[in-house]
Amino acid sequence: MSRGNLLTLSAILLLLLIFPVLVTRVEAISHYLDVMVFVGIFSMITIGLSLLMGYAGQISLGHAAFFGLGAYTSGILCVKLAVSPWLAMVAGALLTAIVAYAVGVPSLKLKGHYLAMATLGFGVIVNIVFNEEVELTGGPSGLSDIPSLSVFGLPIRGELFFYILVWSMVLLVLVFCLNVIHSRIGRALRSIHDSELAADAMGVETGRYKVMIFVLSAVLASLAGSLYAHYVGFLSPSSFSILFSIRLVMMVVVGGMYSLWGALLGTWLLTFLGNEWLYVFKDFDILVYGAILLFVVMALPEGLVSVVPRLRHLGKRRRESES
Amino acid sequence: MGRFGKGWRGAVTLTFCLVLVLSLVPRVVTAKEPYKVGAIFAVTGGASILGEPEKRTAEMLAEEINKKGGINGHKLDLVLYDDESDETKCRLGVTRLIKKDKVPVIIGPSTSGNTLAVIAVCDEAKVPLISCASSIKIVTPVSERKWIFKVAPSDSHSVERIYEFLSKKGIKKVAVMTVSDGYGSSGREELLRLAPTMGIEVVADERYGPKDTDLTAQLTRIRGTGAQAVINWSVGPTQILAVKNWKELGMTAMTFVQSHGFASKKNIELAGGAAEGVICPLGRVNIPDLLPATDPQKGVIMAYNAAYQARFKEPLSAFGGHAWDALTLAVEALGAVGPDPVKIRDYLENRKHFVGQGGVFNFSPADHCGLTKDAFEMVVVKNGTWALAQ
Amino acid sequence: MPERLSHELNKSAMEKLSLSGQLVQYLFTGVTVGSIYGMVALGFDIIYNVTEMINFAQGEFVMLGGLVMAFCAKFLPLPVAFCVAVAAVTAVGVIMERFTINPLKNASVVTLIIVTIAVSILLKGIAMFIWGKDPYIMQPFSGTEPVHLFGAAIQTQTFWVLGISGIVVLLLTLFFRKARYGKGMLACADNPEAARLVGIKVNLMVLLSFALSAAIGAAAGAVITPISLMEYDRGALLGLKGFGAAVLGGLGSFSGAVVAGLILGVAESLCAGFISSGYKDAVALLLLLLVLFVRPSGLFGNVEASKIKRF
Repeated sequence: MSRGNLLTLSAILLLLLIFPVLVTRVEAISHYLDVMVFVGIFSMITIGLSLLMGYAGQISLGHAAFFGLGAYTSGILCVKLAVSPWLAMVAGALLTAIVAYAVGVPSLKLKGHYLAMATLGFGVIVNIVFNEEVELTGGPSGLSDIPSLSVFGLPIRGELFFYILVWSMVLLVLVFCLNVIHSRIGRALRSIHDSELAADAMGVETGRYKVMIFVLSAVLASLAGSLYAHYVGFLSPSSFSILFSIRLVMMVVVGGMYSLWGALLGTWLLTFLGNEWLYVFKDFDILVYGAILLFVVMALPEGLVSVVPRLRHLGKRRRESES
Repeated sequence: MGRFGKGWRGAVTLTFCLVLVLSLVPRVVTAKEPYKVGAIFAVTGGASILGEPEKRTAEMLAEEINKKGGINGHKLDLVLYDDESDETKCRLGVTRLIKKDKVPVIIGPSTSGNTLAVIAVCDEAKVPLISCASSIKIVTPVSERKWIFKVAPSDSHSVERIYEFLSKKGIKKVAVMTVSDGYGSSGREELLRLAPTMGIEVVADERYGPKDTDLTAQLTRIRGTGAQAVINWSVGPTQILAVKNWKELGMTAMTFVQSHGFASKKNIELAGGAAEGVICPLGRVNIPDLLPATDPQKGVIMAYNAAYQARFKEPLSAFGGHAWDALTLAVEALGAVGPDPVKIRDYLENRKHFVGQGGVFNFSPADHCGLTKDAFEMVVVKNGTWALAQ
Repeated sequence: MPERLSHELNKSAMEKLSLSGQLVQYLFTGVTVGSIYGMVALGFDIIYNVTEMINFAQGEFVMLGGLVMAFCAKFLPLPVAFCVAVAAVTAVGVIMERFTINPLKNASVVTLIIVTIAVSILLKGIAMFIWGKDPYIMQPFSGTEPVHLFGAAIQTQTFWVLGISGIVVLLLTLFFRKARYGKGMLACADNPEAARLVGIKVNLMVLLSFALSAAIGAAAGAVITPISLMEYDRGALLGLKGFGAAVLGGLGSFSGAVVAGLILGVAESLCAGFISSGYKDAVALLLLLLVLFVRPSGLFGNVEASKIKRF
């Protein structure tokens, strides 16, 4: 792993450690811990999505479906069959992998808008299934009383424990994905992104790699879904709608889809914006949200994270002009 | 601005930090501490039909209370958030109310789904929640719902009344059509569950989406089954569509029953005459003029109706009354025992004969709902307004 | 209608409706809703033909058209209200193009998709502000009594919907085949550089495409509101299904859009009638997926042309 990445990773780890200590001291923001748990859960999805969109150059408007598959599998297995939560999580990931493979193979032959629509359609179909199969999922009334996770027999209750669990998993995922990027697979992905035609001509098995990353991102979303199910304890199909899929894409794009750090930044910003900082606007918040999105996408098409190298570049230029 | 390079970015960052810091500054403390009540409603999103009137009612009532001097001289501070009909937001909102705003009691949420999503949070934090949603799962099993109450009558009560009425009229075969969201599916569960116990046969079970633009397919299927009555369970434009399509298809010989969500004169208007003869169970809050003078609820209902109509220039909805009941209960508890969550919970649990908009409540440690099927009256639409159904 | 006759009709309603009677009813419902999908699809096609991009805010144009017309119809005569609604939403389309599409001429697919999605969120929010969250109704253009045909009841508004979509398709085809601006718009899609060289103002063409799309969407919204009401968040699902129809018919083919819209509407209606009303929304999407996997150029699209298009 490069020095830059190691540095950024350590910085994030430091911030994550300080955060709970800080917020529990200041009453006005002590509930931020709860928000950060959700940021962590969503980050697992967006990191995978960022690999798919930024590195492999594909798009998916249906990732809420994979999130939901993981969540419902965990929920149903735990509530109806009293399966251990960790086992259910693995089962969810396996099921999602199979579905993602089945859908990915034909879909990833498509490009651009067609791919977007195929993933969109898939997402909506899965959502309809969640809604209609009342016997299995509880339908629109939802699935409730999902038990919490336990580590070595100790049930995990409360925000702090979930915070630690979720963010540990996020860090593991980050390390894993960083390694993927710097491996042969990562290079193959980037070549596909730059020009699929050229990559094909060079003998890169573009189809296989695209599906691989698609399945990986789906599995990550599924794991996040399982965590969500155990944290909230209640599931309903409306949480896994196309609106959420679009939110996920927004998080990746706003943060900067060409870097994993961008995904983290975008997720953090949009989750806090959507759930905290726009409260002052009351009913106006949906307008402000849309306006912010529009502005960022238009002014900074490479996302917020592109501000950093630009500042650095600016700093370099000043130093050069001063010397 | 030179030091920050492209000036505006620096300015934005600075402003952002300023806002963050300001939000951390604690509030100034005044003489008599205001009493806080937290509220979380679905003001926007799919369930805004429930949440918007609830928000209006709560705010209107809070103002009234403060005009009259507050709660024993303490100002009532209603801290209200919009959960946008979304569970995650609802959870975060409730956590915010508990941790940041430190409220001793919370009213809402508007939907059963969101209520179920926040039960664990209130349980852990030991803060009582008075939900405005109707699912029976909210308050059962009561041993696991120590901190949760609800003021909306259960869907089972509404369905019982409907089946009772239909049975009396000699109707045995019914067709059921429900919208596939939380409201509709809860009603559907009760309709299917209670039918056999009350001698009713459900010959059709149709579902449709909340944004559907046409229900003739479902109604045509129902027409083919020989049902004697159609029961539609939805809120929003689909409940109007159902009535319109029923009339247009010439199915008026089949009795049409709506859920209690139909209760607003506005819906009769929107249906444009197609609603003549439609039956539904209504909470008494919607029919103040039809209540006899001896009805214990008449006084509070007339007052609420008048105030709402005067302020918002439109008729009541079926749901605003829940917020009235929840807030009044919360305020009463605060007045009696002060801002202590445990004492408030105990007070609520033992409150008997509370005359509210939804009915006369009798809470107990075994019953956190407090109502029976008598909370509903069967009414029929006659000449563009409500009349008691015989 | 004489008392005895309506009583007879009601009696027949009580008896089990024959299979053919049911079929006719579903067909008519399907055709009604299908023509709306077709008109939304036309909107997608116009913008696609000129810019090769998909406008995810298309559904919101329909929603706005319906709401504006419902509002105006309260105090203006119907034809005037219709024109006002179309004009107002066309203005919105123009504003959208000028402020958000034009500045992003060379952006990537993803950016364009996100931008149109963001605009649709904004439009929805603005509609919520102006009109609130309540549904709005409008009187049908020619009376509320349904027409009875072959045992099924058809609303008169259905004929308005079919009629207006038919006229729109005719006018559009003429415009793109004969009118200078129409031909210019098609040239832009094939090769913007060449078009510019020949003196066609590409920017103007793009603007026109958005304006036209918005106008058609508005007309669709205005004409469907008397049947199915309209509210601020109806746009998304309509847009999705309309897009399904556009792809099914072959992106860019107008007649394809209309036919595919009808197929979609009827398939949905038949599914709701004979299989399961809950899954009917899935029908449109399953068809969409099938087409995308098996024949992305759609039923009427040109297979070779679709391979060399930018997206």
